[in-house]
This record gives sequence, structure tokens and C-alpha cells, in this order.
Amino acid sequence: MTDIDIVIIGGGPAGLAAAVAAREAGCDRLLLFERDEVLGGILPQCIHTGFGLHVFQEELTGPEYAQRFIDRVHALEIPVQCGTTVLDVTRDRVVTAVSPMCGLRQFRAKAIVLAMGCRERTRGALMIPGWRPAGVYTAGLAQRWVNREGWMPGRRVVILGSGDIGLIMARRMMFEGAKVLACVELMPYSSGLTRNVVQCLDDYDIPLMLSHTVTDIHGRERVEGVTVAQVDAQRMPVPGTEQRFDCDTLLLSVGLIPENELSKAAGVELAEATAGPVVDESLQTSVSGIFACGNVLHVHDLVDEVTRESAQAGRAAAAFARSAAGLPPPALRVRDGAGVRGVVPQAICAERVAEDVSLMFRPTAVFKDATAAVKIDRVEVARQRFRILTPGEMVKLTLPKGLFARFKGACELTVEVTE
Amino acid sequence: MTDVIVIGAGVIGCAVARELARFSLRVVVLEKARDVAEGATKSNSAIVHAGHDAPPDTHKARFNVMGNALFEALCRELDVPFRRNTSLVAAFSPADLHALEELKARGDKSGVPGLHIAKRSEVRALEPAIGREVCAALVAPTGAICCPYELTFRLAENAAANGVAFHFSCGVRTVAREDGGWRVETKEGRSFKARAVVNAAGLYADVLNNQVSAEKLTITPRRGEYLMIDKAYAGSFRATVFQVPTPMGKGILVTPTVDGTLMVGPTAENIADKTDTRTTAEGLAKIRQAASRLWNGFPVNGVIATFAGLRAHGDRGDFVIGEPPDAPGFFNAAAMDSPGLTAAPAVGAYLAEQIAGKLGAEKRSDFVAAPTHWPVFRSMSMEGRVAALALDPAHGHIVCRCENVSEAEIRASIRCRIGARTLDGVKRRTRAGMGRCQGGFCTTRILAILCEELGLAPEEVTKFGGGSHVLFSCGKELPLP
Amino acid sequence: MSAQTITCIGCPMGCRLRVLIAGGQVASVDGAGCGRGAVYARQECVCPTRMVTSLVRVQGRHAPLSVKTARPVPKEKIFACLQSIRAARVTPPVRIGDVIVADVCGTGVDVVATMACTEGDS
Ligand SMILES: Cc1cc2nc3c(=O)[nH]c(=O)nc-3n(C[C@H](O)[C@H](O)[C@H](O)COP(=O)(O)OP(=O)(O)OC[C@H]3O[C@@H](n4cnc5c(N)ncnc54)[C@H](O)[C@@H]3O)c2cc1C
Ligand SMILES: Cc1cc2nc3c(=O)[nH]c(=O)nc-3n(C[C@H](O)[C@H](O)[C@H](O)COP(=O)(O)OP(=O)(O)OC[C@H]3O[C@@H](n4cnc5c(N)ncnc54)[C@H](O)[C@@H]3O)c2cc1C
Ligand code: SF4
Repeated sequence: MTDIDIVIIGGGPAGLAAAVAAREAGCDRLLLFERDEVLGGILPQCIHTGFGLHVFQEELTGPEYAQRFIDRVHALEIPVQCGTTVLDVTRDRVVTAVSPMCGLRQFRAKAIVLAMGCRERTRGALMIPGWRPAGVYTAGLAQRWVNREGWMPGRRVVILGSGDIGLIMARRMMFEGAKVLACVELMPYSSGLTRNVVQCLDDYDIPLMLSHTVTDIHGRERVEGVTVAQVDAQRMPVPGTEQRFDCDTLLLSVGLIPENELSKAAGVELAEATAGPVVDESLQTSVSGIFACGNVLHVHDLVDEVTRESAQAGRAAAAFARSAAGLPPPALRVRDGAGVRGVVPQAICAERVAEDVSLMFRPTAVFKDATAAVKIDRVEVARQRFRILTPGEMVKLTLPKGLFARFKGACELTVEVTE
Repeated sequence: MTDVIVIGAGVIGCAVARELARFSLRVVVLEKARDVAEGATKSNSAIVHAGHDAPPDTHKARFNVMGNALFEALCRELDVPFRRNTSLVAAFSPADLHALEELKARGDKSGVPGLHIAKRSEVRALEPAIGREVCAALVAPTGAICCPYELTFRLAENAAANGVAFHFSCGVRTVAREDGGWRVETKEGRSFKARAVVNAAGLYADVLNNQVSAEKLTITPRRGEYLMIDKAYAGSFRATVFQVPTPMGKGILVTPTVDGTLMVGPTAENIADKTDTRTTAEGLAKIRQAASRLWNGFPVNGVIATFAGLRAHGDRGDFVIGEPPDAPGFFNAAAMDSPGLTAAPAVGAYLAEQIAGKLGAEKRSDFVAAPTHWPVFRSMSMEGRVAALALDPAHGHIVCRCENVSEAEIRASIRCRIGARTLDGVKRRTRAGMGRCQGGFCTTRILAILCEELGLAPEEVTKFGGGSHVLFSCGKELPLP
Repeated sequence: MSAQTITCIGCPMGCRLRVLIAGGQVASVDGAGCGRGAVYARQECVCPTRMVTSLVRVQGRHAPLSVKTARPVPKEKIFACLQSIRAARVTPPVRIGDVIVADVCGTGVDVVATMACTEGDS
């Protein structure tokens, strides 16, 4: 068993930013584990542009964005171990990791940053009836095959779900010469970013079929087609609206689920709305000394936000590792008000707020000319107007840290959206 | 010329082959699929039934009770997961209660040990998550669960280690009498000769039987669909919970699996097509409905997979086992619907005895019953893992993160005697890709290892053989618009 | 005078821009979250351009290398650009920013690597 200040689990943008921030905050004994052979998490396969506008004021591709942080990690001489899987994390912060090179090892950490990212929802979770042939893949798997490994998962493609990965993959498959017949979305709005709908579907006349779903998969060995039908307000297929598409591949972009197996093993409390840990304003989970950031905490749209959030987690972990003094439990509960789902953080300790507090959440539906308001014990403390809010795009409201001095002893902070 | 040809490498064919390997006989197994366990054996409820369902004095009742008694020792010998988790038949009404008494009487008569009827409070104490309307249950302490495809694979592996030859992609087209023995020809144009034949061809056993015997048999595929529930709900049920059986079978049940997931199903629907393993919207809806009756707080969001299997339902209402009077040397193990899995060890031993007797074969002294199996990283202790890593560093490369399967295990599953040749083959031997991400993360790595081990190009790798290709070569030759 | 609503793709904000066009010229742009919105609207309504990202083959290995156009190219040239990226083949080592195809399809824009690769990478 080796003693160490901070262990960071995951070498995606979240883990990298946390590592850099922790080092810059003065932590010198830290270690980052990444199970893939390379750093960068999901980014090396996101070869499209759209990363880094806020952090670097430049429009970078995923691999370029990742490389900037990898270079920074190397320049700061932060020890990273790739090809290393973390198998277990305990409540008292013992981390078990395994790799072919170093075998099985255990570390007792003063602080841990969880940055394991997320996984994709699969066909099973959707209960699509029909055959179970080869050719039904999650969009992220297809993306890895095409962009990192140079293989084509299909030639005539239907995409189910309008999540960003699905939209990006529609264009990517087109660019490799595949035919993309349609992108089918259950909801009456796209769950991906508007810019991706414009750039990836509209530009190439790929139909976006809103309020539709796949009701049957054909083909015994390889996919030969899918049946698509319209759905009603209860999201049930409307009989008589079925149409068949002949395709060899169905790509699924139907949601991401934070990867919290390790968090659960450590006894970290999870929030229902985000499927990620419940955290306070310093991004500390319910287990003291364990912090979470990036997609493992809640699914982000923008890597820039992941970077900002994770740097904060890194700083908080470094502060915790320096003085593991018992902190007061956060007393200010954050609640999802009307029209709001999954506010992070879920709790704030008004007495010790160290940085401005970003409240991040998704609206429950599409709101036009909307107002988002924040109230602490019924007193409105912030309000912001938006031309449009959609569940596909995360909203961030930032409260200055000074504000909280006025609310020591307050119990409840509520965020709500009204039209 | 061999001594025995076994047609079909499901749990029945493999159990018979392994039992035959105890005798000095040359045994060949012919299987039309690319792997073992591709038929009913890969998609069933995985329950080792106690044996109270079938009427006493039927093959089903006898082989069920015998099979149940043999199962645990067999699983221990082959190192296959098995858990005696008890089974309950739940009653929802006074009429059901009456049916429980009938089942108990049947079971007692067939020699099922330890049956008793538990009242509401006892049932609730046993299974707190059981549906609120359940008013009593028949408790069968010998009810158990196992892993059917792992059992089948280990049976085959052990049979092969003892000299049985397996030929895959060999679909038997005809069986005919020749010189006092049998001539067996396959669709692929191969021809075999043997002194005896075992018909363990699952849904197609009727076709083969009808080629050699005047006692015709009809097998109807009866489809059963399932929902698979995430490991996160593993604690919800310890026992298997049935409803009162109907003429179509045991009805929709909920059961834990030995892997920690849960299954709800199966439906029961007679269909015309022996290959139609589709799931249907109606079937899945029926399961959800039954599930909410059986399981208080059934987690719809916990579903990680759906699948369907086909029961080989015979028109005689019972298993068809042994030689038809007009075809000596042709041994049926046909119409093996439920409880065929449970019966497999007993059917295997029974048929092997019969065949060995007929062919005058002696028991071998060099039969090795305990197989050598690769270390399974997920079920090792800390010390075990350290030791395994010292021997093979590839255990340190976790390929499937949901099930913690290492590269060393994946390679071993391909290198063994009845080695995996497909993604599904690796999955069923190691569990890689079976967890909650359903292969989203590990498929590319497993595919790469299959290519390396077998010298395949990625576009040659299949999901389960035939035309189930996973990838196309890179798209550069596809024309751009 | 005519009005048109387009979605800005300048960044993931995806602002909805209301563009007024008078005499074939963009008269006003409303709704932009930042200065780039107006620039984009003028461009999009006159000569739409896009960044193109794709993959290029690497000598001696199967895995491809990711590339992008260093600046946006006219929308109607996207597939022509992709065609010349397809035809290219690079030899390691390659650094981020190395020019893979110079002046692609006469656009005056280079295609550059967005990923590095060294000899012996596979
Ligand atoms: C297809 C796609 C397109 C996107 N497009 C854009 C865009 O245009 N613009 C934008 O700003 N953002 C975009 N994003 C969002 C952004 O990329 C993600 O939000 C970001 O990558 C999340 O970072 P992360 O570090 O939390 O997770 P990840 O990048 O997933 O990294 C998590 C890392 O943890 C590792 N890990 C997990 N478990 C373990 C373990 N037990 N042991 C060791 N290591 C472990 C994983 O291997 C992985 O490398 C996109 C995302 C996707 C998927
Ligand atoms: C939905 C369902 C639930 C069930 N639940 C249970 C349970 O909980 N407990 C229990 O005990 N039993 C259960 N059963 C029954 C059990 O699964 C079967 O009895 C058992 O798997 C039968 O094994 P088998 O080897 O006879 O058939 P199969 O597994 O179908 O094997 C037959 C093999 O023969 C091959 N074959 C067919 N034709 C040819 C040919 N011409 N040439 C070469 N090969 C051929 C096939 O490819 C196949 O591999 C269930 C069955 C189903 C479908
Ligand atoms: S106007 Fe500015 S902020 Fe809005 S999408 Fe365009 S570039 Fe982004």
C-alpha cells in the first residue's frame, strides 16, 4: 500500500484538467490512472471541430484540445499511468488499480477525483423488438471504429436518437461514403446541440424525423432494415404510420449514462436526476475527500465546461489533501424548481464558499423567451433571460461567491424556469 | 467409421458426448452452427427445476428429478456456476392455492424433496420484493440456477479433452441405414459413418427422427421472450418465483441469474418458423405486465437486454428418449423442451449407458473428469489475482470493464479446444460484453484479439457465424456524393 | 426587404439569428450572442463556408490520422475537398498542424493534421 495525496481516476478532459489544477494548487504527490493506452478520454475519436472556444478562444478538434492538456500534464511532470484500470475505491480512500506492467497495486489517498466519464445507453435499454443481428451499434462505438481504427461499421445507416454523437456520426459516415437515410428522434425536439443539427443533418439533407421511433429491426444475421413509426404524445407508436428503411446498420444515440460503478463501490450517494454523485459547491461527494467532475458527475455538452468544472474539483481536492480538517456539512440544499432538472451542485456550504458557484442544469422541456431564476429561502438572488432553452443544451448560472455571506444559515436554494 | 455420431451441440448433445467419452468409443459431434450452445441452450431461464410440474411417471418428471440430483456435483466438477437458490410458485388467489396443493402432491409423488406451502407472511419474509397480491407459495428447496451455455461449453471442452471430435458448420441433411450402421451426410457435402447415432438436434430432431422411423414426431417451436435486468438490482430476489403453470407452460417468472443479473420471462407462443427468435412488442409488453405483478417496484429502467428462445415442443407431450422400435442404433433425445436443461446430466448418463451396452464398449480407465480452465479474474481473491498476474501479465489488461474480464481470459477462450470463433463465442465463454454496456466499450478490443489469435481480417469477424459480419473494410472505396 | 432566420454554428451556443436582407445585402443581424454571429450571418447568406474534418491514410499502418481544413472552405467544395483528402497518404512522423494537402481544391486553404503520429505507432 502506497500513501499518496491525490489519485485521479480517468484521463479524459476531466481528469486532465483536475490533475493540472491540483498540481498548480501546489499538490506534488498525485497520480492519474487511465485504462486506455492513450490520454484524452473520448476526445481522440471526436475529430470534428467545436472544442475550446471558451477555454482557448479557438475552434479546435477533439484530438487537438486533448493534446493541449496532455502537453500541460507532461510539462508539469504529473505522473500518469495509462493502460491501468482502477478496480475498486473504498470509503476510506483506498484505490486498487491493475495493469499489465505494474500488476495489482493499492494506494491510500488523501483525496480522490472521480473522472471516469460515461457510457452509452444500448438497444436493450430501449426494448426495441425484432431480430438481434450484427449491425446495431452505439454511435460512440461506431465513432471509435471509423475515426481511431479505420473500419466502417456500415454502408447504409439509420440513426436512432438525435444525441450529439449520433448527429456527428451522421456526417462522419457520409464523409466516408456511407448513405445515411434518416435520423429518428422519439421526442418532438432534438436532444443534441442545434449547431450539430444544422451542420450535420440539414447541410446534407438528412431528414430529422422528430416524434418517431424504430419499432422493428429486420435481418437475421446482419441488419437488413428497420421499421420506423410516428409516436403520439405518450410516445407510443401510432399504428398505420410505419415505414421501412432498407439499411445494414442502426446506430444508437439515445443517451449517455455516467459511469459510476466505482463511485457506488465507495459508497458515494448518487442523484436520481443526473445519475451522478451528489456534490457540494466544491464538487465533493457525500464521501469526504472524494470529488467528482466531468461526465461522471453529469453529462455535459461542452468540453469547455468539463474543463472549468474539473479544474475546480482539482483545486478543491488539493485543498482537502493539504488540510483534511473536518469541514461543516453543506447546509444549503439545492432544489430543482419548476421546469428544471438535475441542478449540480446539489448542496452548498454558505460558510465556506471558496469560488463563484456555477449552477448547471437542463430545462425539462423547450422554453421560449424564458427566465431562469434563483431563490435562496424564497428571496430571489439571480435572474437571467434566455431566448430559448432546450433539454439538449445545458444551462449555467453563476452566482458570485460574495453573495453567500448574506445567506449563512439559509436552508434552501431553488432554481426555476418560467416562460 | 466412428462408433457414435452425436447430432447437435446443445446442452443435451454435449452432455451425451461427455458421458460417452467415459467409454472406449470413438465419438464425433456434428453441429450446424459455428459454436456450441447456439440453440435453445443459449436462451432459456437457466433454472434447474425441482421437478413438481410434470405428471409423475413421465420422462419429464423422472429425468428432471434425477437431473436435479446430479446437477450440483456436475457443476462443481466442471467448475460451472450453480446456486441452489430455492424456487417458489406464487399463488395470487384461492384458485391458485388449490393448484399449489396439486403441484405439491405431484412433486411428492415424483420424489421432489422438501416441498411445503408457505403462507403470505413467510413468503414475504423470504422474498420482500415479491408482488403485494401474492397470498401463498409452494417452496421447493431443491430449485436451483446455473449458467447453461457455460455448462455446455465446459461439457464440450471436457469431452474434447477426452478425445471426442467436434465438427462445427456441419448441418446434417440425411441419416440413413447402411451396413448395419448409419450414414450421415451434411449440407456442406461431408459424409460420416457410425455404428450409432444420437439425435440431439433440438428443434430439428423431428426431421431426423422421421427419416429413420415410422413413428413420426412433430416439433413445434414455442417462443419465449425475456427481459434482462441490470446487476444493480441483484439483491431483489434470492429465489426463483414462478406463477401457477398453465397448459402453455410455467408462465412468466422472475429469477436471479448466477451472474448477478435478473431475468423476467418467458412468454409462450407457438409459432411456425423454427428460426424466428425475434422479440415482439406484444411479448415485451406482456412480460412487463406480469413483472409488475410478481415484483413489487419492478425497475423498467433497469432493463439491459431483451432476447427470445425457442422451446422444442413435441406433439407427444413428453421428452422422446431412446431408440424408436424400428430404428435400433438411432437414439433420440428429442422434444427436449423444459425441463430439458435440468434433465441433461441424467439424459446424458442414461443414453451413454444404453449406447455403450449396445456397442459392447468398456469404461475407460483414463477418463479425466476435471477440466483445466483458465483463471477467471473477476472471481479471484486479491492474492489469487496477484498470483495470476505473476504468471500472465495480460490479466492486468481489463478488456471488459463492466464484467472485469481480462485480456488473458479472452485469449484463453479462443485458444482452448472448443475455442471461441465469434464475438458471441467470446462473450458466452468469458462474459465480456454481457454487462450493462453490452459491448459498447470492449467490442473493438475483443475484435482485435480475435483477429490476432485467428489470423483474421477485421471484416471477417462475425457476431455468431454465417453472414453476421461486424464491420466493412474502410470506406475509401465507397463513392462520395 | 426580406427576413431570414438562421442558426449560427460559430460555436455550440447555436444562437438563432434574424437576418434582414435588403437589395441582396445583409442589412441587419439580430440575436447574436457575440460578434461572430453577425460575421457568420453575412457569410452564410452570401457565401456559406464550413470547416471540414476527416481522416487521411497513413503509410505502414491501418489506423487513420485526423485532419481538418485550417480555415472554413466554401460549402459547395466540401466533397471535392474530401476527395483529395482521400487520395492523400502521409508518412510518419506527423505533428499537429503539419500540412497534409496544400491549397486544397484551389480554395487557398490547407488541410492540416489534428493529431500526431510517430514511426512505429500502430
Ligand atoms: C461524440 C461526442 C462529441 C462531442 N462533441 C463536443 C463538441 O463539439 N464540443 C464540445 O465542447 N464538447 C463535445 N463533447 C463533450 C465532451 O467531449 C465530453 O463532455 C468530455 O469528453 C467529457 O470528459 P470526461 O473526462 O468527463 O469523460 P471522458 O472523455 O469519457 O473520459 C473518461 C476517462 O476515464 C477513463 N476511465 C473510466 N473508468 C476508468 C477506470 N476504472 N480506471 C481507469 N480509467 C478509467 C476512461 O477510459 C476515459 O478515458 C462531445 C462528446 C462526445 C462523446
Ligand atoms: C424459453 C425457454 C426457457 C427454458 N427454460 C428452461 C429452464 O429454466 N430449465 C430447464 O431445465 N430447461 C429450460 N428450457 C429447456 C432447455 O433450454 C432445453 O431443453 C435445452 O436447452 C435443450 O437442449 P438441446 O441440446 O436439446 O437443444 P439445443 O440447445 O436447441 O441444441 C440443438 C442443437 O442442434 C443443432 N442442430 C439442429 N439441427 C441440426 C442438424 N441437422 N445438424 C447438425 N446440428 C443440428 C442446433 O444448431 C443446436 O445447436 C427452456 C427452453 C426455452 C426455449
Ligand atoms: S453568435 Fe456567437 S455565441 Fe452565438 S452561436 Fe454564434 S458564435 Fe456562438
